[in-house]
Amino acid sequence: MPKWFMPLAGLCAVMFAASPFLIANADYESTMGLVQKIFYYHLPSAWIFLLSAIVCGIASARFLFRGSPRQDRLAYAAAELTVLFGAIVLVTGPLWARKAWGVWWQWDVRLTSSLMGWMVAWAYLLVRKYGGPGSDKLAAGLALFGMANVPFVYVSVNYWRTIHPATTVVPTLPVDMGLALWFSVACFLLLFVLLLRLRVHLEEQRARLDALYLSLDE
Amino acid sequence: MRFLLRRATRLRHGFGGQAETRRHGVCLVRAIGISVLLLCAPLAAQQPQPQPQPQQQEEFVPVSQLPAQDQLPAAPLLVIAYAFVWLALFAYLVSVARRLSYVQREVERLESDMKRGSRS
Repeated sequence: MPKWFMPLAGLCAVMFAASPFLIANADYESTMGLVQKIFYYHLPSAWIFLLSAIVCGIASARFLFRGSPRQDRLAYAAAELTVLFGAIVLVTGPLWARKAWGVWWQWDVRLTSSLMGWMVAWAYLLVRKYGGPGSDKLAAGLALFGMANVPFVYVSVNYWRTIHPATTVVPTLPVDMGLALWFSVACFLLLFVLLLRLRVHLEEQRARLDALYLSLDE
Repeated sequence: MRFLLRRATRLRHGFGGQAETRRHGVCLVRAIGISVLLLCAPLAAQQPQPQPQPQQQEEFVPVSQLPAQDQLPAAPLLVIAYAFVWLALFAYLVSVARRLSYVQREVERLESDMKRGSRS
């Protein structure tokens, strides 16, 4: 592992430990009250979910057109993180919605397209695990569809009628709410970089193990 | 006879002209009225609305009779959400660490086997 990994991991742990204090100090939202504080982890994890789908898609495209195994390892790692952060979004969202909207789930375009993106990432992992020879390229094709879904997820709330808050909420946040949000975003972004590096390292070790098995067979 | 006919024609034209003028006048008054109404409508809309008086409470409603989203406490949902995030991240970290340690042990074992094989 690189030298920067452990200091940054320590910093990330400290930041995550500090984030609840900033979130607790942020003002209550007028109509939703306490439950709106789910937002400070829900939104950053949603952004990281979309970011990891983009990373997975770009790395898959480079793997498809250049055949680089390094990009394939990066895509595999990013797909796993898409599933992880997508799960966080799809669990924290309904918990918030139950109180704010009165329902756990609404089949509106933002929620449905997010679920689709999450299922595409699951499909990527399942194809990689059970698809047999050639599944890496098949999965890379799936990742391109996952990436194409990302802008649709992001702009959906501005173009279709939905009860999900619009993207205009973030620029209009007051200082204390904005501070808590951007601090959480920094925490999640740092965590994403660290987890991605760790997961890529696992794939590198697996590739090394495969090479050793092959050399033993020969 | 001709004189009478000419007079009758003049009178008819005269009356017809007056009726037309009156019709035009009515239309003009209507148009002005509508324009004034249209111009005044936004001004009327901008007039401060009287504040609704708080209604006198005639009965007490128990909290259990409120709609579901109003009586649902927010704190457990918030705690579950944050706990899920922390647990999911921790579980994933443990999972990656376990997989990594297994692969690294295998790599070390194979490398030592290969060294032993090359010596013998």
